[in-house]
Amino acid sequence: MALPGEPPVDEAQARAHGLTSEEYRVVLKWLDGRTPTFTELGVFSVMWSEHCSYKSSRKYLKMLPSQGPLVVGGPGENAGALDIGDGLVAVFKIESHNHPSYVEPYQGAATGVGGILRDIFTMGARPIANMDSLKFGALDHPRTRYLLNGVVGGIGGYGNCVGVPTVAGELMFDASYNGNILVNAFALGVARRKDLQSARARGPGNPVLYVGSATGRDGIHGASLLASAEFDAESESKRPTVQVGDPFTEKLLIEACLEAINSGAIVAIQDMGAAGLSSSSSEMAARGGLGIDLDLDLIPLREANLTPYEMLLSESQERMLIVAQLGREAELIEIFAKWDLHAAVIGTINGTGRWRAYFKGQVVADLPIQALGDGAPLYERPAAAPRPRRIRANSRATVEPSPAEALRALLSSPNVGSRRWVYRQYDSLVQSNTVVGPGSDAAILRLKDSRRGLALKVDSNPRACARDPYLGTIGVVCEVARNIACSGARPIGITNCLNYGNPERPEIMWQFLRGVEGLRDAALAFDTPVISGNVSFYNETEGRAIPPTPTIAMVGSLGDVSLHLKQHFRLSGDLIVMVRTAAPSLAASEYEVLFESDGGVLNPIDLDRERRLIDGLFEAASHRLIKSAHDAAEGGLAVALAEACFNPDQPFGAAIRTNSRLAVNLFGEGPSTVVLSIDPEAFASVQKIFAPLEVRILGRVTAEPRLRIGASDSDAYIVDEAVRDLRGLYDEALTGRLSG
Amino acid sequence: MKWGVVRFPGSLDDFDALHALRDLLDQDAELLWHKDPSLRGAECIVLPGGFSYGDYLRCGAIARFAPIMESVARFAADGGLVIGICNGFQILCEAHLLPGALTRNRSLSFICDWAFVRVENAGTPFTRAAKAREILRLPIKHGEGCYVAPANELAGMEERGQVLLRYVDAEGHESDQANPNGSMHAIAGIANGRFNVFGLMPHPEHAVEKMLGGEDGLKIFRSMVGASA
Repeated sequence: MALPGEPPVDEAQARAHGLTSEEYRVVLKWLDGRTPTFTELGVFSVMWSEHCSYKSSRKYLKMLPSQGPLVVGGPGENAGALDIGDGLVAVFKIESHNHPSYVEPYQGAATGVGGILRDIFTMGARPIANMDSLKFGALDHPRTRYLLNGVVGGIGGYGNCVGVPTVAGELMFDASYNGNILVNAFALGVARRKDLQSARARGPGNPVLYVGSATGRDGIHGASLLASAEFDAESESKRPTVQVGDPFTEKLLIEACLEAINSGAIVAIQDMGAAGLSSSSSEMAARGGLGIDLDLDLIPLREANLTPYEMLLSESQERMLIVAQLGREAELIEIFAKWDLHAAVIGTINGTGRWRAYFKGQVVADLPIQALGDGAPLYERPAAAPRPRRIRANSRATVEPSPAEALRALLSSPNVGSRRWVYRQYDSLVQSNTVVGPGSDAAILRLKDSRRGLALKVDSNPRACARDPYLGTIGVVCEVARNIACSGARPIGITNCLNYGNPERPEIMWQFLRGVEGLRDAALAFDTPVISGNVSFYNETEGRAIPPTPTIAMVGSLGDVSLHLKQHFRLSGDLIVMVRTAAPSLAASEYEVLFESDGGVLNPIDLDRERRLIDGLFEAASHRLIKSAHDAAEGGLAVALAEACFNPDQPFGAAIRTNSRLAVNLFGEGPSTVVLSIDPEAFASVQKIFAPLEVRILGRVTAEPRLRIGASDSDAYIVDEAVRDLRGLYDEALTGRLSG
Repeated sequence: MKWGVVRFPGSLDDFDALHALRDLLDQDAELLWHKDPSLRGAECIVLPGGFSYGDYLRCGAIARFAPIMESVARFAADGGLVIGICNGFQILCEAHLLPGALTRNRSLSFICDWAFVRVENAGTPFTRAAKAREILRLPIKHGEGCYVAPANELAGMEERGQVLLRYVDAEGHESDQANPNGSMHAIAGIANGRFNVFGLMPHPEHAVEKMLGGEDGLKIFRSMVGASA
């Protein structure tokens, strides 16, 4: 079975492929002692990589709640699906492309978008929106500008050309990401429930079709040696492992696949992502408890003389694998030919339970199918909390800034200010569904031929998670739910991207476990099942890990999209009220970082009160009692008030009286604070709806565009700023630092 | 009036144009596949926005050779109404159905934003539902929208009223800031000498519903309804 010219296979070769000695021994057991061929070894190395097999995390992800009355699909299929009414389902998922984006930012980010889109339309759903969560190193770090330009360019270059609007996102600069950036790409699609496709092969004898781009040498070992390993000084040499994307071909693929799915000739379909043909073919067959024979000579190639190893491991983009109904192959091939895409029968499903690949008449791989997917060893890596850190003394005895100074500094901060420099490069309008686009709390899409709408948002909080990986993760879920509810929608489901360092280190494994537990507890509290997700380990360089960064994306549902809310004040004279579930804290806040102070500890979170807040927002919005709603995040209440004044049609002002003596009240963060503007007549009803949460009156919206904040018991204002000035700082926070 | 929206591989705003025409304006509109030379009785042709052929070579450079474009050229020569939006405008210039060319934005990056344009000539089949000097708010989303043409050609076009839309600010003033892509003479949309072919970079089909940001785009489509040659 070994091909002439292939390197010999032994334990050293296995380790060079990223397998451990123990894992190699398990491979030998699966093969009853036979030494694998080089091709087979390559396939094991990618299928058993952390990125593909989830060997360090799978055991624990089972604790996440994935069921619920609206759930149609769950983890296991490519993306989960939720019933959104009117016979429609929403399909969504988020995935990481961290390592490729650090090595080759444009293509890394572009192919991240391409990959997540394929996970959506492989289910029969047309992708209707993208979001991205990005983390870069410090803005003044020498590599950051290059990475930022590349990543934003790649997301725009791919997303714009493929015709899916990018409607929301997240962007953070922090020195803890200097050596490892994070690029998490989210996509949402909508399908008729009856059109949902499966990735489970059925019917021995059914033909297997390869469709899409031809196969080349790009991306080989992208899953194993790039995504499942740390970075070090040699990381630049990993550039060939980054895949190269072609959004034009992906657009054709979307149209062709949806047409093909419509024909009814498809039994199962899966995209070729990480580990390319090996993973898609083995996973589809394994799910059906079947086997598959592949004839590698029939694969459309874009380069000459690819070896079986290369063909099976290639991560060339924009390719799908289809199990078709016997006899309908020609029909499908014609559809793909119409769109000028390759389409070829390359194999057959059978009942043997074996995964076999043939090349030039020879068997080059013959493996038990269960060995590849579920056969990967499952690890229960040791997890241990780190020794409690010494309480950080405030060694920089800075004078505390005045509230006005603090507000101005926060609005000017790259982590608070306007992200317009980024989202202006993204088409947020294509497909004509965008009711609220980037620059708001949650994005809102309308569903055509329906009164309904969907809200979507992605959030993370690495600083809080670094302080407490459990509480911090709960806080992230609370924040994203708050954003969804502030748009007038009811949260219905979650997808997550869990980004951590090296799981072979007990401290990292502990962070991960606590994060999963936090996600579980919060998801249960909000009745938002986790219907899909992704884990990205090994985000560290030379032993320094990123802070624990669980990224949570949430989707909400609006029964009547015209009832949506935005964050800006709308009418002079409206009452401004605040609903707060807990006292804010400066711990892990932007204020704490900017002014190098010691914010103390994170406050505990009462999930019952958090749920009350979300339910109250949804109920009040449904009864049209809220004019605007904005949640307080980075920068706290004062920043939220300023942002609420930045109505693009006409700036408003606000006259606020509140407990403003302590910085923590104006600039503290943490769950949860929302700022609402309401008709004064509505106050009593709003109070009733939110009870037992207190609805506190802060002040009034004013026509004069000045933000005035003062203490309740004093006449003077401690903040009295022209909204135009504050808006200027906010608009220039990123743009000013990026030009030139 | 019957409309035909041409669909090239990579067209993106074809469905948005159909949605605007069918669902908002109650028009009889259908997609025309690029490989089929038949215009299927359309009285008005739309070349939609997008990235036809992935913008390979130059934007619109390959689309102009599609089989259907021969029919579109003949249709235009016979006086038929043609509107090219964004990539459609680029295709019309590449096909020499309109003068000039669209080049890379001055900022060198893709821009998606709302822009203000002033109607410079309200006496055409594309603008007659608007008033002269009226300001319309329309979205732009493009990386190659900088219009260029030789100076004497531009002078002639201005004189003859072929510049239909010009970028301005909210108050109607021209300025560098108001010109999002650096177009010569801040040109956003032009017509041919016969005023039956119109190309514009802004997207009227994305300004047809208040809930989605604005309705000024309706004026352009309304102008064309019932205006077939």
